[in-house]
Amino acid sequence: MERMTRAEPLIELDGVSKWFGAFQVLRGVNLRVAEGERIVICGPSGSGKSTLIRCINRLEEHQEGRVVFAGRELGADTTDLAQVRREIGMVFQEFNLFPHLTVLENCMLGPTRVLGMTPADARGRAMEFLDRVRIPEQAGKHPGQLSGGQQQRAAIARSLCMRPRVMLFDEPTSALDPVMIKEVLDVMNDLAQSGMTMIVVTHEMGFARTVADRVAYMDEGSIIECLPPDRFFANPADDRTKRFLSQILSH
Amino acid sequence: MIPGSKRGRLGWIDAAVLAAVATAVVAVGYRVDSVLEYRWDWSAIPNSLYRWDQEAGRWVPNLLMQGFFTTIRLAVLSMIPAALFGAVFGVLRTTGRLFPRLLSRTYVELIRNIPPLVFIFIFYFFISSQIMPILGVEDLVRGASPPTLRSLELVFGPAALIPNVISGVLCLAMFQGAYMTEIVRAGIQSIPKTQTEAGLSIGLSRWELWRRVILPQALRRVIPPLAGQFITLVKDSSILSLISIQELTFLAMETAVSTTRVFEVWITVAGLYFCLCSLLSLAFDRLEKSAVAART
Repeated sequence: MERMTRAEPLIELDGVSKWFGAFQVLRGVNLRVAEGERIVICGPSGSGKSTLIRCINRLEEHQEGRVVFAGRELGADTTDLAQVRREIGMVFQEFNLFPHLTVLENCMLGPTRVLGMTPADARGRAMEFLDRVRIPEQAGKHPGQLSGGQQQRAAIARSLCMRPRVMLFDEPTSALDPVMIKEVLDVMNDLAQSGMTMIVVTHEMGFARTVADRVAYMDEGSIIECLPPDRFFANPADDRTKRFLSQILSH
Repeated sequence: MIPGSKRGRLGWIDAAVLAAVATAVVAVGYRVDSVLEYRWDWSAIPNSLYRWDQEAGRWVPNLLMQGFFTTIRLAVLSMIPAALFGAVFGVLRTTGRLFPRLLSRTYVELIRNIPPLVFIFIFYFFISSQIMPILGVEDLVRGASPPTLRSLELVFGPAALIPNVISGVLCLAMFQGAYMTEIVRAGIQSIPKTQTEAGLSIGLSRWELWRRVILPQALRRVIPPLAGQFITLVKDSSILSLISIQELTFLAMETAVSTTRVFEVWITVAGLYFCLCSLLSLAFDRLEKSAVAART
């Protein structure tokens, strides 16, 4: 813990607020994530979890506060957003693979078109990561021919092919059935073992307990508390967190 | 009943419908024959398709076939700018910026809310008096060297009619482009926003996102409606007869008058249009199937 607080954070959210029309989704959120740290964000639906991590790669624009990635503040005047986004991997709830491309082509698109790699190099890198998410045999198929779990792992491989400095996961297992959830969580576990910085929005409390360095609980657009998992689960300070945990852990 | 066993076998309803249709056809034919007192004479038709040229000593296309070829030229030539208008304005309609969106919206609404005929009358005047002199088409044709003229004729038909054909192409492309704009817009907007987000999140530039993610998917979705619009374009090219573009319908009117065989000529012309359009829809069918095949 000492090491983390002292190190320069990779991601810093400082009083971030955002409104959708008159509705305030984020209320002055503060969060610092150090390199190599693994954060799990949980909370009821509509609490702003997804919006929060989408602000980190600016898929959503915040209106107040500061979002800083690797020492650079992201705002309306950031002209080379693509430059920043290539270093931030993102995995979506609905996978969002490109349906007109094969799994391999999905993984090669970024490396060839953004990083300027040769197709041969990109293919090599794509196969390496497809191997790591354990679906090398699906490389030639189109996303529509894969199971949900396989699609999500392909999506993870697609992001990893950019060699990002951080991976954001937006409810990666919410659209999956239990068997597939395990496949995806196994891959995410491996990724955590490899030292990847991760911010994961999920309700998988087992994952939070074993993998997370800190677990954040969000409600009504604020981070209510953000604690190491042993303290978070054993002894949360806030009543809302307690109520949420009792609901979610009962089944 | 086992599903599938219905296919290819005639039930009694099918038989009844067939009988009713056959009866109706015969009845109409009988009525036409007895009431109209029209003496059918198809002998003038072959000659108005092709005639024997004494001087050249070979068969050459006569008015109807000349018109047919001009119609094909018009259709093929205007498809390119029409698709271009459709693509450009269709993309503009989906951008976030107000001015391009307003511009293409105006274009689409202006053309969709004016009858094609009226639009063409107005626009043709504008083209022939303003645009053609600017393009300098007539001077170009007049000053062209024999080899250039030959290649021009290959594309646009007889030299004397080149300005005529180009005006027709511009008119047709302009008003068909508006309909294609709407098709392209719908195609682009049918691609979910999540695809854009996925593309941006791996760091694709706006251009690469369009080129690699949005357009390939949108294009596949617009092939069927676009094919329909191309066929409509071929048929609508007959409107150009009213601004004296010498295409199939225009020359059919002349032929009908000069041969006095009105029905025979128009039925022949209908057959020619039918052949052209059904060939096109066959071709588009193939294209669509191969696009679907490429996907899986």
